[in-house]
Amino acid sequence: MPDSPTPPPQAAAPLLTVRGLSKRFGAVVANADVELSVIRGEIHALLGENGAGKSTLVRMIYGLVTPDAGRIEWEGHAVSIADPNAARALGIGMVFQHFSQFETLTVAENIALGLGGRDLPDALAPRIRETARRYGLAVDPNRHVFHLSVGERQRVEILRCLMQAPKLLILDEPTSVLTPQEAQSLFAVLRRLAEEGCAILYIGHKLEEIRTLCHSATVLRAGRVAGTCDPRRVSPRELATMMVGNELAEPRRRTHQPGQVILTVSDLTLEPGDPHGIPLQKIRFELRAGEILGIAGVAGNGQKELLAALSGERLSKPSAIRLGAEAIGGLGPVARRRAGLGFIPEERLGRGAVAELSLAENGMLTRLASPVVAGGLVRRGAARALARRLIERFKVRAAGVGAPAASLSGGNMQKFIVGRELDARPLVLLAAHPTWGVDVGATVAIRQALLDLAAAGAGIVVVSEDLAELFEIADRIAVLSSGRLGEAVPVSQLTLEAVGLQMTGHGAAECLDAA
Amino acid sequence: MAEAVLILSIVVATLRAATPLLLAGLGELVAERSGVLNLGVEGMMLMGAAAGFAVRALSGSAALGLLAAILAGIAMAALFALLTLRLLANQVATGLALTIFGIGLSALTGLPWAGVPAPGLAATIWPGLAHAPPALQQVLLLDPLVWIAFAGVFAVDWFLRRSRAGLALRAVGESAEVAHALGTSVLRIRLAAVLFGGAMAGLAGADLSLAYTPMWAENMTAGRGWIALALVVFATWKPWRLAAGALLFGFVTIAQFQAEAFGLSLSPDLLSTLPYLATIVVLVLISRDATRLRLAAPAALGKPFRPTD
Repeated sequence: MPDSPTPPPQAAAPLLTVRGLSKRFGAVVANADVELSVIRGEIHALLGENGAGKSTLVRMIYGLVTPDAGRIEWEGHAVSIADPNAARALGIGMVFQHFSQFETLTVAENIALGLGGRDLPDALAPRIRETARRYGLAVDPNRHVFHLSVGERQRVEILRCLMQAPKLLILDEPTSVLTPQEAQSLFAVLRRLAEEGCAILYIGHKLEEIRTLCHSATVLRAGRVAGTCDPRRVSPRELATMMVGNELAEPRRRTHQPGQVILTVSDLTLEPGDPHGIPLQKIRFELRAGEILGIAGVAGNGQKELLAALSGERLSKPSAIRLGAEAIGGLGPVARRRAGLGFIPEERLGRGAVAELSLAENGMLTRLASPVVAGGLVRRGAARALARRLIERFKVRAAGVGAPAASLSGGNMQKFIVGRELDARPLVLLAAHPTWGVDVGATVAIRQALLDLAAAGAGIVVVSEDLAELFEIADRIAVLSSGRLGEAVPVSQLTLEAVGLQMTGHGAAECLDAA
Repeated sequence: MAEAVLILSIVVATLRAATPLLLAGLGELVAERSGVLNLGVEGMMLMGAAAGFAVRALSGSAALGLLAAILAGIAMAALFALLTLRLLANQVATGLALTIFGIGLSALTGLPWAGVPAPGLAATIWPGLAHAPPALQQVLLLDPLVWIAFAGVFAVDWFLRRSRAGLALRAVGESAEVAHALGTSVLRIRLAAVLFGGAMAGLAGADLSLAYTPMWAENMTAGRGWIALALVVFATWKPWRLAAGALLFGFVTIAQFQAEAFGLSLSPDLLSTLPYLATIVVLVLISRDATRLRLAAPAALGKPFRPTD
């Protein structure tokens, strides 16, 4: 409100009030009658499952989406926020989950663009250094973004917002890409900002985190406000129930008896195929039947490359990867699947499934054998039966076996893909980020399915950034850092902190000491 | 002395042959850096050539001819922008259609002037050109369009690397979604870049019909629009490399005419394929280094952008 010198509102008067905000996308109701109120100096959590409407809500506040109904009040006045420039002019900053950065530009150029392009990058560099020093966010303004780690990129995003001295900072799942240590230093920055009077709207789904960080919480469910609470005063279980709407089942752990070694990776070294890629250096591990091996690490440390090498997308020395006694390093994905390797890729649409194809057709993609295919011809009836079975067994919410993959929500599509791979009864299953972006209910179902598969005697490699997930289902955890894989250590001998430390590049031995 | 004049004439001829490639290439480079792939360069050049020649013949003013060529290029680019930016048509298909459209429309509008001779741009500016000493004559043949093209390299390079608008343009070409999220007006920047590309292609066409070979003939660009497109890739989207590429191709073009002067006797038909052959060879060589190409290419090139509401 640049032109109205109103008296400063009382400390408890809301900075931002959202009244009756609604938004539909076609037939889908993203937000209905949402009410939200954020006061100065408060860290306010916005909680909800995937698809609950958190992102739509903050995108409306940030001017990226125009509401259908309702209004937004800023410092007590009704405002219409037409675009992000208007939001920034009011003093709203936003750190996106998928960073809004240009990889081939420098940090200073990125920040200059984020500030509306008024200042040239060279002139900004000293101010960037100054702000970075003040908040302890070390970043070199002249580096190109593609050189930076994910944590550093997030610092750039936060710096960009801080350069505008925001009154409200919105963060969309900021810790999903951070190590526990990085998350702690992020929290320190956020607490400091809040003390300085900045309000923070924090989107998250890690309940522990929200209970330690946030002063208040608004829970969304299916586009509506399901409740508000003080997260410090309620249990994680109560929060989860508010989010999901019903009680959650705890996954049942199986009793684990490791069998014979079924997957051996020895001295797997591979140059990246991508200019921004990470070279794999002498990766070695063994996987036993009935065992779940977790591979932890911050994104961008060689996960993509390791998954490509293990799945057969990229070939290596034949003897580098053995399935049982068979050397499979030189085989392509189809041959590896035939040998008994299953693969749940990271990208649901694009690698795991084809968006335009129906579920029945997607079900066949990795199952090009009897009974779905016979004599080189597709048997449509069998394909539909397979898809129907997967939908039933894994409770996939879909319009039917003819529904295109793109019409399913992320969580439901993931359940279908996981189901497809489990149904093939692989000897070894590679699961990349199996519950990434999947809501709480589906997460429980997918983890349980993986545990059941291991109990039935298969070996599973789970690559995940979610340490809580690995601690919940894995038997041993190894950390991937800068293309090197640390030693796999039984979960019982590890702590969250120790693994987090190793993710930042410290050796496994050191971490055992720390534990 | 005679030898010095011969060398000077080769240098001048190379510069003049490079000029249309450089003009069209600079325009396309800017458009592609904003993420728009306009394959209609050839069509826009032809319209520029026809409109430029016609208006000059009607008005008798070379300046008006150049202006008409620029406007014709802009009009063609505006059509392309309407289809691809506003109506989200496929850029590749639309660009190809624009070229075919340009070939036909320019042939139609240029029909009354086909084969009509006209004085070159340099001769118009310097009426005494024909009687000047040979060395001076060569220097004077470097008409304003040659200077504009090479000054354009400086200007575009500075614009892209140093100016605010250039930074925004590069950002839009890198990721339209991110730029939009930051509040940059993606479509406006892309529209401006496409129209600039059209203006430069129109000017390049006028260079052919008013200066380089002062006449109008159907399809007179003879694939130069396509070579300019290839040069942008060859230059990995950098203005200085584009200038180097244009000079190289200019020299190859000239070489076919000068080959006889150096006592080479090859079939002229074979020699006239040289620039096109060189294009293919260079593109193959460039594509061998996929990594470098991927790093240099605007990441959003050819991807349409639909703002969500």
